[in-house]
Amino acid sequence: MLTRRMIAAAVFAFTIAAPALAQDKPPEKLKTVATFSILGDLVKNVGGDRVEVTTLVGPNGDAHVYSPTPADVQTISHARLVFINGLGLEGWMTRLVAAAGGNAATVTASTGVKTLRMEDENKPGHMITDPHAWQSVANAKIYVANIRDGLIKADPAGKSVYEANAKSYLAQLDDLQAEVKSAVAKIPAERRRIITTHDAFGYFGAAYGMAFISPEGVSTETEASAKDVAKIIDQIRKQKIPAVFMENISDSRLMQQIARETGAKIGGTLYSDALSKADGPAATYIDMMRNNIRQFGAALVG
Amino acid sequence: MYALLIAPFSDYEFMRRALAGIFALSIGAAPIGVLLMLRRMSLIGDAMAHAILPGAAIGFLFAGLSLFALAGGGLIAGFVIALGAGVLARLTQVKEDASLAAFFLISLALGVTIVSMRGTNVDLLHFLFGSALAVDDPTLLLIVSIASLSQIILALIWRPLVLECVDPGFLRSVSRAGGPAHIVFLALVVMNLVGGFLALGTLLAVGLMMLPAVTARFWARDISSMIVIACGCAAVSGYAGLLASYHANLPSGPAVILVAGVLYAVSVIVGPVGGLIWLRAPRRHLEA
Repeated sequence: MLTRRMIAAAVFAFTIAAPALAQDKPPEKLKTVATFSILGDLVKNVGGDRVEVTTLVGPNGDAHVYSPTPADVQTISHARLVFINGLGLEGWMTRLVAAAGGNAATVTASTGVKTLRMEDENKPGHMITDPHAWQSVANAKIYVANIRDGLIKADPAGKSVYEANAKSYLAQLDDLQAEVKSAVAKIPAERRRIITTHDAFGYFGAAYGMAFISPEGVSTETEASAKDVAKIIDQIRKQKIPAVFMENISDSRLMQQIARETGAKIGGTLYSDALSKADGPAATYIDMMRNNIRQFGAALVG
Repeated sequence: MYALLIAPFSDYEFMRRALAGIFALSIGAAPIGVLLMLRRMSLIGDAMAHAILPGAAIGFLFAGLSLFALAGGGLIAGFVIALGAGVLARLTQVKEDASLAAFFLISLALGVTIVSMRGTNVDLLHFLFGSALAVDDPTLLLIVSIASLSQIILALIWRPLVLECVDPGFLRSVSRAGGPAHIVFLALVVMNLVGGFLALGTLLAVGLMMLPAVTARFWARDISSMIVIACGCAAVSGYAGLLASYHANLPSGPAVILVAGVLYAVSVIVGPVGGLIWLRAPRRHLEA
């Protein structure tokens, strides 16, 4: 009798104490998914500690040709929010979200961005929307605003946190914008021209006044013809383009050959579609932009 | 005339390098192609292009995107597969082509699995395979060395190799050199293929190895002449193909192979040894 009452009392006391114990556990983080590393970085900066971001296409990966894995499907089905770039970057995304099920809402980060056109790599002469809108810092600020609004909609309790994070990050982006403009101003006007393998810098060129010339027909998919290469070499010689840049996801030997033959300087590595690894020079969006303008400056100034 | 035929090469260094690379490949690969054709192993080139993936993948796991690691890994994988398939074909009753097919499929699946485990989706083979228009000094040295080495080794194993193509039973009765000669030959094949992939890409490496060899079949009856004709055919295709790529804006690798293809088509029709026209033409009966 005594034992039974003692047990009952213990259980009763424990039940009363339980809510107090439960309060020690931190609130669960909002599970989100970002399609590629640059977007993931922006979401992390706006969401802060309240969100848990999983990035599908990691550092140095190619978002254009990514093949999703079953693990990705799992991740999306557990997430509440999915952030995509849109503008045709992730052709594989719509089917993936449909297949994953779950009840994730999709936020298109590029909503409201004024888009540019570019030539389709796979169909020369045919123009499509250029998806690399994040290369202009002004567009990145639009991305941040969309991310912030998406997060608030999914998690209204964190509204003040998201707004504060977004405000401070937008201030950092303003500083970045000024940095980029002054770096470009340091380059003499007639030298603001480079050749690079990937057609990713259209927005950067339009926003900051640099010309990015892509060797025609030289892409990750198609094979170059001798005439194309000869045309680039002629163009570099005639227009005295000072530098040739190689991208972090494609074979560099062709660019090296072109640079060798024209005497153009081979610039450092640029990061356009993906961040570098955490210990690399472009681990966050802001670092990426800084790395790129530093490389431009090093190759073109003087 | 000069502008059409010589100017592209004198004006641009990359054109000269492409031509040098293709000439080296012609000399190195054409004899091997002839022998492959005679031993009914013509499809080994394509199989090898896929089979080297696990080697490249393991090289990638160890050293990242280093050309040396990828090429070394690919070479080792190629050797293992070609030699493994060859040895198995000799020891068991499975024939050469079936043995190779089995090996290369397993190898390809293994390669894709290893690459997926790593997480990134960089196309390793795309990174590994070169292009005729991007031949730099190390690449040129590689392919010229391979061609020279092939000539020497081929000369050393020539007699048992040829005899095995023609009368393997007789060779087995007089000498035990057939097996080892075949193994060394397979090693040569892998070396030429992987070197060719690295320097000029799959299409050129495999195409210039096999297509001129098959073309030569219609012009000669003995092996030595076939080899000379194959080399010449490959070199001419390379030259004309590069010019076509330059003047008509065609992609370089396919242009060379298409020219080789045209030569083949012409040979099928008018070649003196078994060409279609000669087969149809009424012939005189042999008379005493």
